[in-house]
Amino acid sequence: MFKTILLVLVTCAAFGQKYKVGRAAGAEDLKADIFVAPDGKGLPPGKGTAAAGLEIYNRRCQRCHGTQGQGGEESVLVGGQGSLKTAKPLKTVGSYWPHATTLYDYIRRAMPFDNPGLLDADQTYAVAALILHWNGIIGEKDVLDAATLPKIKMPNRDGFVRDNRPDTGPKAKKK
Amino acid sequence: MKKNPRRRFLQFAPLAALTGCATKPAATEEEQLPSQLGKPLSAYGERSKYETAKRLVPEVKRPQIGATRTPLAEIDGTITPASLHFERHHAGVPDLDPAKHTLLIHGLVERPAVFTIADLKRLPSETRTHFVECAGNSGNEWKSPGAGDVVRGFGLASNTEWTGVPLRILLEEAGLKKEGKWFLAEGADVCKMYRSIPIEKGLGDAMIVYAQNGEALRPEQGYPLRLLVPGYEGNANVKWVRQIKVVDQPGQAKDETSKYTDLLADGTARQFSLVLDAKSVITSPSGGQKLAGQGFHEIRGLAWSGRGRIDRVDVSTDGGKTWTRAALQEPRLPMAFTRFRLPWAWDGQPVEILSRAVDESGYVQPSREELTEARGGNSQYHYNGIKQWKIEADGSVKSV
Repeated sequence: MFKTILLVLVTCAAFGQKYKVGRAAGAEDLKADIFVAPDGKGLPPGKGTAAAGLEIYNRRCQRCHGTQGQGGEESVLVGGQGSLKTAKPLKTVGSYWPHATTLYDYIRRAMPFDNPGLLDADQTYAVAALILHWNGIIGEKDVLDAATLPKIKMPNRDGFVRDNRPDTGPKAKKK
Repeated sequence: MKKNPRRRFLQFAPLAALTGCATKPAATEEEQLPSQLGKPLSAYGERSKYETAKRLVPEVKRPQIGATRTPLAEIDGTITPASLHFERHHAGVPDLDPAKHTLLIHGLVERPAVFTIADLKRLPSETRTHFVECAGNSGNEWKSPGAGDVVRGFGLASNTEWTGVPLRILLEEAGLKKEGKWFLAEGADVCKMYRSIPIEKGLGDAMIVYAQNGEALRPEQGYPLRLLVPGYEGNANVKWVRQIKVVDQPGQAKDETSKYTDLLADGTARQFSLVLDAKSVITSPSGGQKLAGQGFHEIRGLAWSGRGRIDRVDVSTDGGKTWTRAALQEPRLPMAFTRFRLPWAWDGQPVEILSRAVDESGYVQPSREELTEARGGNSQYHYNGIKQWKIEADGSVKSV
């Protein structure tokens, strides 16, 4: 009897906040966590290479992004390195994206546009590898997985600055 | 500096007398005497069939991606009807059953928690009026003063009354750990769009909102739940929000790296420039409109800032040579549209009119030249330069 009461108290205490509204999240709820952090946390098991990615890309990606990632109806994925200072900057995965982990996270959560979640982990690594390869960042046979992907230094990794406004008016910060 | 706008108007009184008063009723004006019974009672009101203001819907190949714009020049006062609030979707509007939708709070918290809509509605609520503006609003102005009218140039901003639960309460309920520095907010759209937000905002004025202008959120505004981060760029106000994960560093989402970052002239890009600086636009007279004739016109416009209240709006009717302080409609709310007005008499000559907002932080809305001098022309986002309209001798108004 005493044990039962104690158990009830402990259960309440485990979720014992001010308003006692809501319930404790369980393992099933936490399956929604598919975030991939820039340090690689959240990357799933699996692996892929650019060579393996080509077949998937041709089937699922090229219709919008072009045969070589040069773009079409949707974003250009390849090229543009060295263009950011020019009058016509080309912002691509290769020229602009600071983290390779973003590529895995975004393909997994949002691509292909009409059917996100279609690709399994190996296929996602493979397509990410292909895009990085086309940008000259990794080799065609380099294996992308949870260990290698976060170690990639993207060409524009140091190209971002934190918010340093105001940049106009009397209080403008000088660079 | 501070002058009474009414007194200034009196200077123009003789000019105004030239035009307005003697006008006869136009031939099209017929007496509308009620001659028969009107429509019956109705359960959900509709606007008059004579009213046509609507969002500008672009012609695009994929209508699930893109934006519609609020016709700000056709809205009076400060509140945007929910039906006219601008839209920006990345993968269409999901159809979410509120009985099944939940909000998960997890990550660096003591007690990962799940809240139903009913749970959230039980918790202490707040109601506040705030604008939401897309970071890409007025983006076409970077390369040239291109926006031909208010809807195209400024329509990715709207202002409504929001009701919900402060996010702080949910973070405290879940037991925020001190290592938590950012939170990731993810939507339930099919692309699971997410953004990283500093935890200070989550413990400050961020809200999980379920109502807008007194009724449930519209589906295209995030039904049944939306994150509201007042003053932050629109994309950070994640719609259809379904999970908040507390983390120690930003996630570097696609939409905070490849998009919504400000590419500067030296090739570097400013990241997490989340707060929207002060901005204003004259909505009347504005591009595409035509003044009926010389004489009295009230110059009207909207001003807003992500850094608090609007302190002052100056209006120039001589191309920026001299500035006059406009009257501001009270109450001036922080991070909300403020309506400004200036009585004015047009002498029929070509003239350029512009407005300049100053917020309570002391920030002065920059000219287009100042802004592009500081950032170059490639920024794409966060344009807030002064907008100038030209009134031609025939009364037509265009962008210059």
